[in-house]
Amino acid sequence: MDVKTQNTSDTTTTTMSGSEALIHCLVAEGADLIYGYPGGAIMPFYDELHKHQDKIKHVLTRHEQGATHAAQGFARATGKVGVAIATSGPGATNLITGIADAQIDSTPMVCITGQVGSHLLGSDAFQETDIIGISTPVTKWNHQITRVEEIPEVLAKAFYIARSGRPGPVLIDITKDAQFAEFDFAYAKCDYIRSYTPTPAVNDTEIAQAAKVINEAKKPMIVWGQGVILGEAENEFKAFVEKSGIPAAWTILGVSAIPTEHPLNVGMVGMHGNYAPNVLTNGCDVLIAIGMRFDDRVTGNLATYAKQAKVIHFEIDPAEVNKNVKADIAILGNSKETLAKILPHIEQKSHKAWHQKFKDLYAIEYEKVIKNDILPTKEGLTMGEVVNLINKQTNGEAIIVTDVGQHQMVGIRYADFKKSKSNITSGGLGTMGFALPAAIGAKMGAPEREVVAIIGDGGYQMTIQELGVIFQAEVPVKIVVLNNEFLGMVRQWQQLFFDKRYASTTMKNPNFCKIAEAYDIDNQKVSTREELGPAVEKMIASKDSFFLEVMVEKEDNVFPMIPTGASVSDIRLE
Amino acid sequence: MSEVKTFTVNIYTENNIGLLNRISAIFQRRKINIESLSASESEIDDVFKFIIVVNVTEEQMAKIQGQIERQVEVIKAFYHTDEETIFTESALFKIKSNLLFEEPQIQNIIKESQARIVTVNKDFFVLEKAGRRSEIELVHRELKPFGIMQFTRSGRIAVTKTEMPISTLLQRIEESNEVAFGKSQA
Repeated sequence: MDVKTQNTSDTTTTTMSGSEALIHCLVAEGADLIYGYPGGAIMPFYDELHKHQDKIKHVLTRHEQGATHAAQGFARATGKVGVAIATSGPGATNLITGIADAQIDSTPMVCITGQVGSHLLGSDAFQETDIIGISTPVTKWNHQITRVEEIPEVLAKAFYIARSGRPGPVLIDITKDAQFAEFDFAYAKCDYIRSYTPTPAVNDTEIAQAAKVINEAKKPMIVWGQGVILGEAENEFKAFVEKSGIPAAWTILGVSAIPTEHPLNVGMVGMHGNYAPNVLTNGCDVLIAIGMRFDDRVTGNLATYAKQAKVIHFEIDPAEVNKNVKADIAILGNSKETLAKILPHIEQKSHKAWHQKFKDLYAIEYEKVIKNDILPTKEGLTMGEVVNLINKQTNGEAIIVTDVGQHQMVGIRYADFKKSKSNITSGGLGTMGFALPAAIGAKMGAPEREVVAIIGDGGYQMTIQELGVIFQAEVPVKIVVLNNEFLGMVRQWQQLFFDKRYASTTMKNPNFCKIAEAYDIDNQKVSTREELGPAVEKMIASKDSFFLEVMVEKEDNVFPMIPTGASVSDIRLE
Repeated sequence: MSEVKTFTVNIYTENNIGLLNRISAIFQRRKINIESLSASESEIDDVFKFIIVVNVTEEQMAKIQGQIERQVEVIKAFYHTDEETIFTESALFKIKSNLLFEEPQIQNIIKESQARIVTVNKDFFVLEKAGRRSEIELVHRELKPFGIMQFTRSGRIAVTKTEMPISTLLQRIEESNEVAFGKSQA
């Protein structure tokens, strides 16, 4: 390689191509594991990637959507920025679902797309698409590079924006000529953009006001979200919960920030959450929301949501405050900082009688729902017992990656998580097909952890081609398909709200084990309780990837359930 | 429900291609019509400004302000009611020149409305009228019977009665950056 080095006034620059510069930018940002799919407009970059395999491992997914979900899985398991690469046109548009997913679930991700030569922009050239226009509403930031000189600064900004403040996806589109062109490269990381305030300053007066309200509360309740995990505030949060003695419930993306079995953890809020925290949301006197955004699946009918309570909202994104639920006190800032600041003001309490209310309602839920789900007496297998078994076999230490649907709700309800970042799922967007590629990314990002993907038979077939990655890159992911031969969640709604008209929800499935076989993945199919235990044991004991298909009851429903438009306290147990 | 009002939104931004798309998408997603839009430099060097007029409730307006400010390249967004704003629009009317002599009423309209003749040639003349929407509409209504060859009205431009604290905000941002990082790149 012909590399010329020269010294300018204060930085050392090296003459190189735009594509080589991209490699150096990625290395400087610590992105040494990336996912993608080559094609015409990104070929100069892939050529450099080939020359720098010692510095960056590139994983070829089988579809660009798979690359985004793998990058998301990687990011969620590691807390680092995930990277996905695609070519122009269809390569770029195939990223959109994953980008939209990362946007709504605040996942740090940088996508790099190739673009046709700058002289062809706007000419409807082969594989030209306006990916900047298309991705604008679903990215935190995006930018098109047409001049090679822009590369270092724009890439530095991209990583800074993706990971700072409320994280999110950034897309950088680079024309082919900018990848080929040569320039003098120098890299400086970005830590400041004039118009961008990633983390609002903490207001001490509001901290004091909030502490007073919390200390005076008789029936306070915490609902925390992913903000605790994204802010790496697990310890501060645990200290806050334990000192205040306040029952704490989680949103789906907040799960595992403190262990499931923590005595102050009272379960999940929302549509298929636990009975007690949903009912008591409308019985508490102070609702302390931490790093969550009051999604409609969490609040049910807003007109009747926690109307009796004073709401204290800890939030990093000012646009989330008062968006859905009016906050009496808003505490802006990073949860790690705000929780640490409020802790000294918090009085040590236990709220014993109030806790008992949660326990009483849990007992009702256990009798009516949980017991039958995890310790069923009927013949057919339940999703709950499978999750329960996997959980026991992995000592609650695995990363459980779930797809979207009934199994997702069951998985999140019955997995017993011991450490943070143990569940990876598509929360806000509800993207079927997320789990398989996300599990691949999670396992590659956290190879020391067991990663189990739990997927429905519908979602599995949306990204089933990513088995090719497990095969080629030898990723020891454990895959469990809970097969009810239905698009189960939609079927459940059809049963409950559309008079059992099962429109387009029955699935005639292929022989999944044969498909796994074709990719040389060990596999087993079970349909009885006797087979289940040994099969799960075998799967977890395996050092390699393993595919387990479990035939479950066809028409089981997920309860509890807050019907759409109903109040959280009108949650149904059957 | 609070009432729908007309708000003038001043958005101070970096000058970047694509930002208009990003901002207009915020309104489009919520099915809110942009009544008028203008883009220009602002009173501060290197700071760009969009002025958008929308009819929404104050509650909606506050949420939209948050969504706009969330955009990386937006420095700050402010919104004001008509009462809090000095605003104007500008319109051009292109009319056949012969009418200026054949229809004396046109001269009266020009005089009374305090419109300005920008140019006259043998085929047409161009009239400029700046002012409130209602004043422009009045001129339009009066000229219409004589035949208007072309008509164009600009988006609203506005300044606020109270101070727009953007300069102090920028100064604060830059100072805090100096404190935090020991440098200023702006």
